[in-house]
Amino acid sequence: MKKEMDEKKKVGVFICHCGRNIAQTVDIEKLMEEVREKYDVEFVEDNMYMCSDPGQNLLKESIQAKNLDRVIVAACSRDMHEPTFRSAAQEAGLNPYLVEIANIREQVSWVHDDKEKATEKASKIIGSTIEKVVRDEPLEPLQIPVVQRALVIGGGIAGIQAALDIADAGYEVTLVEKSPTIGGHMAQLAETFPTLDCSQCILTPKMVALSRHPKINLLTTSEVVSVEGYVGNFKVQIRKNPRYVDVDKCNLCDDCTAVCPVVVHDEYNQGLAPRKAIYIPFPQAVPASYVIDEATCLGIDPLICSKCKDVCLVEAIDFDMQPEIIEEEFGAIVVATGYDIYPIENIGEYGYGSHPDIISGLDFERLLSANGPTQGVIRRPSDGKIPKTVVFVHCAGSRDPAKHLPYCSKICCMYSTKHALQYKHLVHDGTAINFYIDVRTAGKDYEEFYKRAAEEEQVIYVRGKVSEIIEDGDQLLVKGVDTLLGEAVEVHADLVVLATGLVPSKGTQEISHLLKLSCDSKGFLKEAHPKLKPVESALSGIFIAGTASGPKDIPETVAQASGAAAKAATILASEYLEREPQIAQVDPTTCGVCHTCIHVCPYGAIYLDEVVGRITVREALCEGCGSCAAACPSGSIELKNSTSEGIRARIKALLQG
Amino acid sequence: MNKLKVAVALGATCAGCDVAILDLNEKILDVIEIVDFVFWPTAMDFKLEDLKALKDGEVDVGLYHGAIGTEEDEEIAKILRKKSKVVVAFGACANFGGIPSLTNMPYESKIFDVVYKESPSTSNPEGTVPLKETEVEGTKLTLPGIRKRADSLNSVIDVDYYVPGCPPMVPLIEQVVDILRVFVEKGTLPPKGAVIAGQDTLCKECGRTKPETISYTEFLSPQEVKEIDPDLCLLSQGILCLGPATRSGCGGLCTSMNVGCRGCLGPTDKVDDHGLKMISALTSLLDVEHEEEYTEEELDKLIEKIPDPLGTFYRFTYGVSMISKLHPDMEE
Ligand SMILES: Cc1cc2nc3c(=O)[nH]c(=O)nc-3n(C[C@H](O)[C@H](O)[C@H](O)COP(=O)(O)OP(=O)(O)OC[C@H]3O[C@@H](n4cnc5c(N)ncnc54)[C@H](O)[C@@H]3O)c2cc1C
Ligand code: SF4
Ligand code: SF4
Ligand code: SF4
Ligand code: SF4
Ligand code: SF4
Repeated sequence: MKKEMDEKKKVGVFICHCGRNIAQTVDIEKLMEEVREKYDVEFVEDNMYMCSDPGQNLLKESIQAKNLDRVIVAACSRDMHEPTFRSAAQEAGLNPYLVEIANIREQVSWVHDDKEKATEKASKIIGSTIEKVVRDEPLEPLQIPVVQRALVIGGGIAGIQAALDIADAGYEVTLVEKSPTIGGHMAQLAETFPTLDCSQCILTPKMVALSRHPKINLLTTSEVVSVEGYVGNFKVQIRKNPRYVDVDKCNLCDDCTAVCPVVVHDEYNQGLAPRKAIYIPFPQAVPASYVIDEATCLGIDPLICSKCKDVCLVEAIDFDMQPEIIEEEFGAIVVATGYDIYPIENIGEYGYGSHPDIISGLDFERLLSANGPTQGVIRRPSDGKIPKTVVFVHCAGSRDPAKHLPYCSKICCMYSTKHALQYKHLVHDGTAINFYIDVRTAGKDYEEFYKRAAEEEQVIYVRGKVSEIIEDGDQLLVKGVDTLLGEAVEVHADLVVLATGLVPSKGTQEISHLLKLSCDSKGFLKEAHPKLKPVESALSGIFIAGTASGPKDIPETVAQASGAAAKAATILASEYLEREPQIAQVDPTTCGVCHTCIHVCPYGAIYLDEVVGRITVREALCEGCGSCAAACPSGSIELKNSTSEGIRARIKALLQG
Repeated sequence: MNKLKVAVALGATCAGCDVAILDLNEKILDVIEIVDFVFWPTAMDFKLEDLKALKDGEVDVGLYHGAIGTEEDEEIAKILRKKSKVVVAFGACANFGGIPSLTNMPYESKIFDVVYKESPSTSNPEGTVPLKETEVEGTKLTLPGIRKRADSLNSVIDVDYYVPGCPPMVPLIEQVVDILRVFVEKGTLPPKGAVIAGQDTLCKECGRTKPETISYTEFLSPQEVKEIDPDLCLLSQGILCLGPATRSGCGGLCTSMNVGCRGCLGPTDKVDDHGLKMISALTSLLDVEHEEEYTEEELDKLIEKIPDPLGTFYRFTYGVSMISKLHPDMEE
C-alpha cells in the first residue's frame, strides 16, 4: 500500500564534521553539494560539532527560520545523540519524532578509508534517511500511570537490602518470604570471608531494621501466586500461609517446644540437629515468633494433639488459622529468591552423601556456629569426636560439564579457605588439607586472605582433583592426584567437607515461570544485558538481585540489591511513566489471529483480547523491537514510523545508483 | 435486460478452473441468465479467431485462467485485454503464476532436459525435445515457443480483479456472479484491484482452536501423526499448515480434512512474498520456548526436515516471489 504523501515536506539536513572524526574521511563540501542536488531538501548546512551548543542552536534557528518540518542530523550513531537533537528540535517547536539520525560516523568514516567512496556512501545513507523522515508522523510519548509501591520477593540478604533501600527512599514496600523468617542463607553462616566477621552480627541489625520500618510490610510464610499487568501496574496475588502462632501474642517463652512430641530434622541446622513441630527457626528470627510446621504437627488436621496450645499461657496458638489471599498492586518488582547448594547426594564418586562424615560446606558452617548443633565445637556427625584431619574438597560437583555443574560458583574457593582457617583456629593441632583445581580469589582482600591461610596458618593446599572417597575403618580414605607433583595421593581424614557450588533455588525456578522471566542454561535468571543491565530483567519493571541470577558473595549480592532498589525507585519516583511511542500496531482487517506474534514477543506485550477477539498491543510493555512485525505471516503488524512501505523505500534508496 | 458478454480465455492451466465454474451446478443457470459466453474454448466450440473477430472493448468481462507459460499464452492475454472492458485473473496460476511457475526453477535450457530426458519415467534415446518448428513430410509444423518464465497474468497485461484459489472455490465464484449481476443492473463495479476473497487469513475461519503455545520441534505429514485432534490447530500438532499466511475465503477446505493448508489463495494485501512470510513465521515459532538452547546446526537440522521447501512454501506463488526474481535469466 503506497501511502500518498499529501504535501511536500520541508526537510533540513545538518551534517556534522565531528571534529575530524567524520570530516577526514567524508568530503563534507562535496556531500553537501550532492545532498542539495540529488534529494528534495529545503536546507543543508554543516557544523564542526552538531552536538555542541552552537550546533544545537543552528538546528533550532534553522527550524524556525526555514520553517522546516522534518530534520535529519547526519552524525554519529543514534544511540549517542538522538535524544540531544530530538529535544533541541522540540525546543524549536518541532515534534521530536520528526527528527532522524543518519549515521555517517560509525557506519562510514570509522570503517572506511577511501574518501570518494565514503562520501558516496554517506550520501546514500542520508538519502535513505530522507525516505524515512518524510514518512514519519508526529508522535506523543505514552503516559503510563504508576503505582508507587514495590514488591520484593525473597527475604535473604539481597531482598532485605533491596527492601530497606526502597523504603528509605520513601516508597512503600511489601516483602514476601516463603519461609517463617527472613535472613536466607546468610543467617546460616558462621563467619564471613575475608574479614571473618560474624554473619549473624552483621545481618540481624538489618533484619530488625526491616521489621521496624514503617514503610515495609513483611509477609513471611507467604508466596506470590499470580502476577498480571506490566511496569507501573503489576496486579499481584500473594498467599499468606498460616503459621498457627499469633506473631503479636507469642512471647518466645519456649514452653511449647518442651511438650511437643514431634521430633524432626532442623533445616536451619542442615538436619544436623533435631527440632520440634513447633519451633523458632533461630533465636534472632524475624518476625520474632514461633511457628508450627504444618506438615508434621499432629494438632492441625486431624486434631490428635494440642499439647502446645494447652501450655501456651498467652493463647498464641490457633489451629484454625487459614491461608489468606492478599491482592495488591505494585509499580515495580525485585526478585531476590536466591540459591540452593548443589546436593552432595548427586556426587557418586564422593559417596552420594551417604556417609555421615562427608558433609557439605553449608553443613560445616553450622558446625562452626555458636548457635549450631555442636555450639561451635567442631565435632564430626558420626561419633561426635573432634576431627584431627579435615579434607576440604574445592569444586565438588563444579566445573565438571560431563557429570555435574559446568560452571564455577566463584565463592567456594573462598569459603573452603575460610573453613580451613576457622578449623585451624578451633583445633590448633588439627591438619587442614584443601584439594583444589586452582584457587580463585578475585575480590577485594581475597588473595591476601588465601595467602594468610596457606602461608601463615599452615593450611595445606594440594593441587589436584579428588577422584574417590571411601570408608576406611572409622576414617575416610581420600584418593586423588597431585597434579603439581604428578603423583597419586591418598589421605586419611576424619571429616571431609565438600565445597559444592550454587544452583538456582527452587523458589527461583518457580518465580521465573510465574513472572515469565527468561533463565540462562543453568536455570539462573537472565539479566537484560549481562554487562550493562545486570539488575534488570528483560521485562520492564522487574529487577533481579543477588544469587537468583548467579553465584555471588555477600558484598556483590548487597551491591546488586542496592542497584536493583535504585532502579525500582526511579520507576516509583514519578506518577506517570513516559514510554517511547514507536510501538507495534495491529491491523485487525488482515490479522487472522494466528497467535504467532503472541509467542514471538519477548516482552509479553501482545495478546488476544478475548472480549473483542482481537490481537492487542499492551502499550506499556511494547519495546518496539519489531519481532512481531517480522514474524506476522499476514503482514498485519507495523511499528509506528517504520512501515513496510517505508522500509522498502529506504532499502531502495541505499541500493540506487 | 442486456446480457453481459463474457470471454473465458486460458493459458498454462489444468482447466480445473473451468470445472470450478461448472461446479456452480444449478447456479450456472443464474449465470446464463445474465451472461452470454462469447468465447470459452474449453466448454464450447470456440477458436482464437472468434475472439480476434470481436470488436475492441466489445467483451464486458474477460476471465483468464492459467499462467503465462508460452508465447501464445501471452498473445492470447493481450488480445483478451484489448477486447475486454474488465479483465479478471481467475485462479492461482493467473494470480501468482501457480504451479506452472515452479518450472522457473530449472533454467529455461534445462526444463526440457528435466521433462524430456532426465525424469525417471522417460525413455527418449534420441533426445527429442519440442521445437518451435519442424518439418514432417514436407509440411512445416509450428508450436508456440516456451517463455523464459511462467508468469502471472498481471506481469503481461493490466488486470482489474483477482479471484485466487486452486481452483477458486464455489463461494468465491458465487461472489463473482453477484458482482456481475450488480454490474448488469446498476453498472457499478468494485474498486479496481480488488481481490474476491477474504481480507484476513485462514486461521480466522478454519475453526480449529489454538493451544496456549504453538511450538513444534519437527514437521510431520498427516499420516505420521497417530491421532489428529480434529479441533486443535494443525501446526501445534506438528503438521505444516500455511493457513497463518494464506488469505481466507475457502472456509478451510483442506484443514477440515486434517490436511494442512497449501496456500492456494495466496497472501493478504499486505504481503508481497507469501513463502517468505510463512518461513519467517514458522522459524520464529520453532520450539520458541527453548530456542536459545539450540545451536545453529541443531536448528538447521530441524529445518532440513521440511520436505521440498520451495514446493511447500511457494507451491502457488513462486512466479511472483522475490527469490524467483534472483533467477540469473532475469538480470537484464
Ligand atoms: C557454605 C557457604 C559459605 C558462604 N560463605 C560466605 C562468606 O563467607 N562470605 C560471603 O560473602 N558469602 C558467602 N557465601 C555466599 C552467601 O551465602 C550468598 O552470597 C548470600 O547468602 C546470597 O543471598 P541471597 O539473598 O541472594 O540468597 P538467599 O540467602 O538464598 O535468600 C533467598 C531467600 O528467598 C527466599 N525465597 C526463595 N524463593 C522464594 C519465593 N518463590 N518466594 C518467596 N521467597 C522465596 C528464600 O527462602 C530465602 O530466604 C557462602 C555461601 C555458602 C554456600
Ligand atoms: S499440636 Fe503440633 S506443634 Fe503443638 S505440641 Fe502437638 S505436635 Fe507439637
Ligand atoms: S501474527 Fe499477525 S496475523 Fe497472526 S495474530 Fe499476530 S497480528 Fe494477527
Ligand atoms: S514490537 Fe516487540 S515488544 Fe512490541 S509487541 Fe512486537 S514483539 Fe512485542
Ligand atoms: S495454522 Fe492452520 S490449522 Fe492452525 S488455525 Fe491456522 S489454518 Fe487452522
Ligand atoms: S486450505 Fe489452503 S490450500 Fe486448501 S483450499 Fe484453502 S487456501 Fe487452498
